[in-house]
Amino acid sequence: MWEYSDKVKEHFFNPRNAQAIENADATGDVGSLSCGDALRLTLKVDPETEIILDAGFQTFGCGSAIASSSALTEIIKGKTLDEALKVSNQDIADYLDGLPPEKMHCSVMGREALEAAIANYRGEEWSDDHEEGDLICKCFGIDSAMIERTVEENNLRTMEDVVNYTKAGGGCTSCHEAIEEILDNLNGRRSEALAEMPPQELNPTNGGTATLVKKIRRIERVIDSIRPQVQLDGGDLELVDLNGSTVYVNLTGACTNCQLASATLGGVQQRIMEELGEFVKVVPASQAPVATV
Amino acid sequence: MGDIYLDNNATTQVSPEVVEAMLPFFSEQFGNPSSMHSFGDRVGRSLKKARRQVQSILNAEHESEIIFTSCGTESDSTAIMSSLKAFPERKEIITTAVEHPAVLTVCEFLEKDGYLIHRLGVDNKGQLDLEEYQRLLSDRVAVVTVMWANNETGTLFPVEQMAEMANAAGVLFHTDAVQAVGKIPVNLKQSKIDMLSLSGHKLHAPKGVGVLYVRRGTRFRPLLRGGHQERGRRAGTENSASIVGLGLACELAEHHIEYENSVVKAIRDRLESGILAAVPNSFAMGDTRNRLPNTSNIAFEFIEGEAILLLLNKEGIAASSGSACTSGSLEPSHVMRAMGIPYTAAHGTIRFSLSRNNTMEEIERVVERVPPIVDQLRKLSPYWKKDGPVSDPTQAFTPVYA
Repeated sequence: MWEYSDKVKEHFFNPRNAQAIENADATGDVGSLSCGDALRLTLKVDPETEIILDAGFQTFGCGSAIASSSALTEIIKGKTLDEALKVSNQDIADYLDGLPPEKMHCSVMGREALEAAIANYRGEEWSDDHEEGDLICKCFGIDSAMIERTVEENNLRTMEDVVNYTKAGGGCTSCHEAIEEILDNLNGRRSEALAEMPPQELNPTNGGTATLVKKIRRIERVIDSIRPQVQLDGGDLELVDLNGSTVYVNLTGACTNCQLASATLGGVQQRIMEELGEFVKVVPASQAPVATV
Repeated sequence: MGDIYLDNNATTQVSPEVVEAMLPFFSEQFGNPSSMHSFGDRVGRSLKKARRQVQSILNAEHESEIIFTSCGTESDSTAIMSSLKAFPERKEIITTAVEHPAVLTVCEFLEKDGYLIHRLGVDNKGQLDLEEYQRLLSDRVAVVTVMWANNETGTLFPVEQMAEMANAAGVLFHTDAVQAVGKIPVNLKQSKIDMLSLSGHKLHAPKGVGVLYVRRGTRFRPLLRGGHQERGRRAGTENSASIVGLGLACELAEHHIEYENSVVKAIRDRLESGILAAVPNSFAMGDTRNRLPNTSNIAFEFIEGEAILLLLNKEGIAASSGSACTSGSLEPSHVMRAMGIPYTAAHGTIRFSLSRNNTMEEIERVVERVPPIVDQLRKLSPYWKKDGPVSDPTQAFTPVYA
């Protein structure tokens, strides 16, 4: 049984605006029959002010789909079209005092119906960029489509990478087998693609005897590419020193105490090794011998 | 009248007599049946009795063919993995597209290790093509694993005939019978079934206990190794209270088998015909002439199952659904998909599964409450207009990423 909030239950048992608006000025049809959720939103719009005078919905879907549709119509009534477009799926979920992670897509469907209806009113073509996969990480509500996209775009290789880039797998860790499978699938495909390339293009920056300065610059490049992710979580990452094959870094902010700190360092280490093509060990600067700091 | 429980294929209420019989095994009868003293001996005797009770409901030749396990899932895994170990040169498995996840997920996992899995498809009634099955049987197949009764529709597979065919081809045959045992008569002595799984909590015994039947002479490799319990075929100290409970539950189920196939069947039929007569665009799923006496699966077109369940629950009626939403997955039940049921109906399938505890009064109330619930949801549906589906529903409403 899902843990639905009282507000979700209330909007499901007593849905508001559950009808097709007569002579509607705008209609948005979204959803997916295979998933079992589909929604038609109809609007009455004041042509002068673009204020939404009335909104109605018809939904084929589960309890939270019906509740999300009902919430959406309540939120947007009285708003101008431009104001309504600022309503996010999170706003719909918040209005309902939250939705279970498996059900967040119901609020996304509400937001998309709104976009589709407004595009329809304005005579625009609305196309859906929505892609949904199986829910993988239940702690942070991240699906397979999102993980696959991020892995592809960033050439992610390890579990640590995935945790760092998407947060998926960073909580209870029970989805790690599923994430490893995604990595294996995509990386398998990628190494097949690489194998077809002439070997010298495999990684032109790799190998050779790099000077110390070049090496440090390369390490900094890797760290700079990771920093934005860390900063997103309120932390920061900087290179402190290099001693032989040991890289000392400062990991600050929200990350230092969280259980992901080691995973993040592991991820950094993996990336630096890939860049340099040699073994390095990444350790917190706090563990450096006194003389080198 | 209290709440009405019609979800007995999910789990059943433990019979009061069973609870009563189990209680001493939590207190004075605490001994380890393997021990040499009287504490252990008394428990050992009770387990022996339970084994005979299970042997009796299965009509098994020998009591040593009964192996107690922790659940149906463990029994299924043990049977499949044992067959692969016993015939390491055989790399194929035959199963069906509509098995329980306890079998299907294991097969998917083995597929990644290079095993070739044949999943027999079903027709729109949920029945198999035995000619296709015959063609797949070969000395490359380690085991055939086919459910006796489908958990969602109650459809019965001809497992006795299929076991004969496997046996003739020299292939092991396992059946997941967790939905069948206790609801239809089983006679293993007269069959060629090599292995059979059953689960306690489906027949008014507690959760956490099951059985794997292994015909004498069947090559077997244990999944759990360790102590000598269950003649070394399933190590681990016996769950004595639950095994005693399962034994008595089997005796009671055997005693009620006639009742199940007359009275329970009659109230199931009343439920189904009552609902189908009152609700337009509703259909019974599966092979209705060849199914369990307790199960009715009805598709309500153009509405979604979870929403139906929530409204039924508000009325104090418990059932289950094959919709995607109830499981958190993105697709409706694999059983409905395998039968080729359209999405507009598959998402609205509701399974009512009865037990000997249900009464005709309860069923009359369900027959009365279901139609207004379906009406209420159809009023919200973009596929429905006042008294019927919109004309050409899948054309009239075509959402963007359908």
